[in-house]
Amino acid sequence: MSTSEGYSAKDEVGLVRTRRTWRQRAWIELKKAPFTAWLGMVVISIYIFIALFAPLIAPYGEAEITPIPYAPWDSTHIFGTDQIGRDIFSRLIFGARNTIGIALATTFLAFLIGGGLALVAAISRGWTDQILSRAIDVLMAIPSLIFALMLLSIFGSNVLSLIIIIAVLDSTRVFRLTRAVAMNVVVMEYVEAAKLRGEGIGWVMRREILPNIMPPLVAEFGLRFCFVFLTIAALSFLGVGIQPPTADWGSMVRENASLIQFAQFDLKAGITPLLPAAAIAILTIAVNFVVDWFLMKTSGLRDEQ
Amino acid sequence: MSSDNKDVLLRMKDIRIDGFADEKWNEIIKGVDLTLHKGEVLGLIGESGAGKSTLGLAAMGFARPGCRLTSGEIWFDGVDLMKESERAKQKLRGARIAYVAQSAAAAFNPAHTLMEQTIEAGVRHGLASPEEAREDAKKLFAAMDLPNPNNIGDRYPHQVSGGQLQRAMTAMAMASRPDLIIFDEPTTALDVTTQVNVLAAMRNAVEQFHTAAIYITHDLAVVAQMADRIKVLRYGVEVEEADTQTMLTSPKEEYTKSLWSVRSIEKEAESADDKILEIKSITAAYGKVPVLKNVDIAVSRGKTVSIVGESGSGKSTTARVITGLLPQLEGEVLFNGQPLPAKLKDRSRDQLQRIQMIYQMADTAMNPRQTVREIIGRPVEFYTGKRGKAADQRVKELLEMIELDESFMDRLPGELSGGQKQRICIARALAAEPELIICDEVTSALDQIVQEGILKLLMHLQEELGVSYIFITHDIATVRAISDEVVVMYQGEVVEQGSKQDIFEPPYPAYTELLLASVPEMEIGWLEKTIETLGEKRAALG
Repeated sequence: MSTSEGYSAKDEVGLVRTRRTWRQRAWIELKKAPFTAWLGMVVISIYIFIALFAPLIAPYGEAEITPIPYAPWDSTHIFGTDQIGRDIFSRLIFGARNTIGIALATTFLAFLIGGGLALVAAISRGWTDQILSRAIDVLMAIPSLIFALMLLSIFGSNVLSLIIIIAVLDSTRVFRLTRAVAMNVVVMEYVEAAKLRGEGIGWVMRREILPNIMPPLVAEFGLRFCFVFLTIAALSFLGVGIQPPTADWGSMVRENASLIQFAQFDLKAGITPLLPAAAIAILTIAVNFVVDWFLMKTSGLRDEQ
Repeated sequence: MSSDNKDVLLRMKDIRIDGFADEKWNEIIKGVDLTLHKGEVLGLIGESGAGKSTLGLAAMGFARPGCRLTSGEIWFDGVDLMKESERAKQKLRGARIAYVAQSAAAAFNPAHTLMEQTIEAGVRHGLASPEEAREDAKKLFAAMDLPNPNNIGDRYPHQVSGGQLQRAMTAMAMASRPDLIIFDEPTTALDVTTQVNVLAAMRNAVEQFHTAAIYITHDLAVVAQMADRIKVLRYGVEVEEADTQTMLTSPKEEYTKSLWSVRSIEKEAESADDKILEIKSITAAYGKVPVLKNVDIAVSRGKTVSIVGESGSGKSTTARVITGLLPQLEGEVLFNGQPLPAKLKDRSRDQLQRIQMIYQMADTAMNPRQTVREIIGRPVEFYTGKRGKAADQRVKELLEMIELDESFMDRLPGELSGGQKQRICIARALAAEPELIICDEVTSALDQIVQEGILKLLMHLQEELGVSYIFITHDIATVRAISDEVVVMYQGEVVEQGSKQDIFEPPYPAYTELLLASVPEMEIGWLEKTIETLGEKRAALG
């Protein structure tokens, strides 16, 4: 250190970091992921694969009726048939497509509504924020399952109204979270700098705030997806969700529920109604595993030795 | 213990510490030795990233998360901290070794009173009963020169000022009468006028209880008041060590000399009649709390006006009024002779373009998810309409203006050093081709050498582009270096305003005198001399 070289801004030591592409970084993170996260990702991939290629995998059609109702498990019908003779295995496969597809669409819509309004509230503050937040409070005050049941019986249970109603009800939670995290970002000087530049609210939302609040939102997306998925299944079980003949795990549980009393004669028959329930449970757990890992990564909470 | 010297309290030998970054361990302390005698104060100085704080913590046998002690010996009064169990080390910490952090506000728990927190360590370590500890804490509060030492302990952290909190924190560290206190930049966050008193109180306490201390700072003038010996660190390596007197008068290494001679910028003050900005009798308030009372400030074209004052004096609020973030209640802002609309949203894009702002914390002033190209390119595109190649070309030019090159285009703010970040912020302001730039404490978060570089750059840009600056700062040295005119603010009012020569020559108004007298000088004994006269000056203020 004995030479006094002239000061140069270029040579100042920053946090020198190896440049990596997005893929390289993702791979490094994946390699460090715990076993549970891997398990979750594998399970989710299998579900997605099944949902995408359902018509190719399923041995029978979604609503195809075979002559024997309540057929036992055998080589023609792996998991037997239901009360009007539809192949349960095929319906499980098609169910993945319907249940997951509708749940995904609903979650996206919930984030669009809740997240969008929350950002507007966080940036404008003042009256806009007050009105939006109180309106959301009112919506949250009503138990959501009962509210959904009521709205569905008013508007009729078709897929579109199902998606919209659940999305609106779930967007309240998304609003709360997004507003809270966005509040921490709007006070940053770079947001002030953008306002001073004269940028509109759209730019501030998309370019200045959104990229900085993505991690908690992505984690919330996973959890929200689980809840939406369970709500749809519950509504279907109650008979106001996805309507027959569309295959859906929630309604499959209901339709075959009576089979459970035959467990004393044929154990397999007793298990049949539990299969769609298990499909729901396994996906929920898998999503949670992945979200847990993601939350731990982004929240900065680490297990210290 | 290998030493025959009975007086040695702490001996660290060939300390090596790794930090975890970029998926691997990098050595950040590369073999530093440190010896501290009983009752001695050692100043540890260097730029940020030099490893001062990491070394300070290592003196407690502690490595913060993301760091690890890899090798070396740490002997504290005959105990080998490298080999000792975590439990035994915890027993030492808070009892025999104490730590005073930079931000007292962040270190205190807001839910408990000062007293509870002051006595907590002592009582938990079983050194005293709560009653004894309480009595003792009152004595310490008095020793630290806190007002109402008998009652102040019942207050909560938010009920006392920043300077008082920092003193309470020192009292807390003193509570168990430790043999060693580690001060980590304890006055960096304080105003100069507050800093003097805190320094004096800390110095007294250390002398009174014959405590050894490691004083970590980047401010040379401060360390000259506190330390018996000074050690200079750079890039995790010791540059040199000597007693304070030798270090101040005849440093050996070039690097140390450069640290000492940093404040060498000088500029002749000039004035011009052509005013680019005039603020006329502005009154402003946050809600019902008035912050600015009848403020008049004028800025000459192509010149620099510095606004000085302690925190809460209304410096930054003035900037908020000028930029339109806080509409004034009364008065008007004239830009090029034309009144500016009070509210931000009523101003035209052209008006916005002409006034740009640079912030104190470059970290929070840049979106961490945008690359340099986006950060600088956006105002280019927004104001000048250039896109694609033309915009890129302009960004390159701007990077050259701030003495960086196009290799920085795709970097994220997190990959830049503090000085580089601030330069990017300067480039972002320049991208709008403004006539006036408001610099809000732009150098106060930076190390001295980097500060000098930034100030020189700003002056150079002014010569080249003819841009005017409003320079908001509490650092008198910076004001002396770069301003043409100076405005002194106190409690929301302008105390004094004029050319640099006029302001820095007596006679001073009472507040200016207090402010100038509080700036530490690089001279041993300055603190003792100053603290006697400062009381009178404060009294004169009323």
